[in-house]
Amino acid sequence: MHRFANPARFLRIAKPLTPALFWPGLLLTLMACIWGLFFIPTERLMGDTVKILFVHVPAAWLGMGGWTGIAIASIVQLVWRHPLAGVAARAIAVPGATFAAICLITGSIWGRPTWGTWWVWDGRLTSMLVLFFLYLGYIALSNASSEKGDTSRVAAVFGVIGAVNIPIINRSVIWWESQHQRASITLGGSSIDSAYLAPLFVAVAGFSLLFGALVLMRMRAALAAMRIEARMRRMAQG
Amino acid sequence: MKPKHQRLFLALIAVVALGGAGLIAASALREEASYFYTPTTLAAANVEPGKAIRLGGMVQKGSIVRGGDGVSITFIVQDQERSQKVAYRGITPDLFVEGSGVVADGHLRPDRVFVAESLLAKHDENYVPKELADIDINAAAYTKDTLAP
Repeated sequence: MHRFANPARFLRIAKPLTPALFWPGLLLTLMACIWGLFFIPTERLMGDTVKILFVHVPAAWLGMGGWTGIAIASIVQLVWRHPLAGVAARAIAVPGATFAAICLITGSIWGRPTWGTWWVWDGRLTSMLVLFFLYLGYIALSNASSEKGDTSRVAAVFGVIGAVNIPIINRSVIWWESQHQRASITLGGSSIDSAYLAPLFVAVAGFSLLFGALVLMRMRAALAAMRIEARMRRMAQG
Repeated sequence: MKPKHQRLFLALIAVVALGGAGLIAASALREEASYFYTPTTLAAANVEPGKAIRLGGMVQKGSIVRGGDGVSITFIVQDQERSQKVAYRGITPDLFVEGSGVVADGHLRPDRVFVAESLLAKHDENYVPKELADIDINAAAYTKDTLAP
């Protein structure tokens, strides 16, 4: 793992990898949007609002996947003192928070015509809102250190503790079954018709690739900022 | 702003965000504990008219009657034993159909009709195109229950 500890080596890989993730991601996302908007049948009860599925589900997946990534990177930072892990965790935070927010907003817009309400204090909705607040807390904490790129240990601890919420979100529809329906895609199979499932997979793949590209861009920007800071300090001393 | 003050400020934001998250979770758990009447418990409870209550149950098949004005609707909510007539004015949720589960906030009129101010309908985990649904809404291939043990 420490093979990538050297930022120069990491950058050599990250630089070509960024467009390799970004362009296929953009293509798949556009494809899923067009497919989902124009080429799917109306749903039996929800009609055309079912189209929100293709944004809502990938956003939820990335909101939760993002924090899982933060937790893993934080553990790597705390245990192995890996210098890039903290940078990676911080790079995930803002895109993760954005997707969690998109999930909440699209869910709310979907809930109004289908359930009859913008919001209910259902277990799934509440735990997802808590995830969004955890992201805000993490962003504030990780920015609380004085130096650019300084990866604070407090934020890493917070990232690990906050991971408790991820299984809660996953189980919430079973523990407090109230408004949000149970999972449609499980290990046992899917209860989504293939007419919706296929574009949904394209959307999830596209959004995920874009997410990966965003995180790499942010990591590269953070490393560049660290280098500038180091050079400025040397110049000030020299 | 000194760096130390900036750190303090950001740490405070983190504390407030976490505290807010905790509070919201706690209030959600309280809300979860809030009670709704089924037609059976409502009949037994002798609730006075006008008191804000919540009623839950299934929409009885064939009971939905839409008024001439396009927004008034009456229907019957039932559980295993009893049924309760409900009146509502407004746009019904997409998932509000005969046989679906519904939770209504409202109050009883003196004539024991439940007047709903809001309707909540629930979705199951199935997504089925309209054309297929016309063949058989409960087709086994689309229900997860048949896959689960």
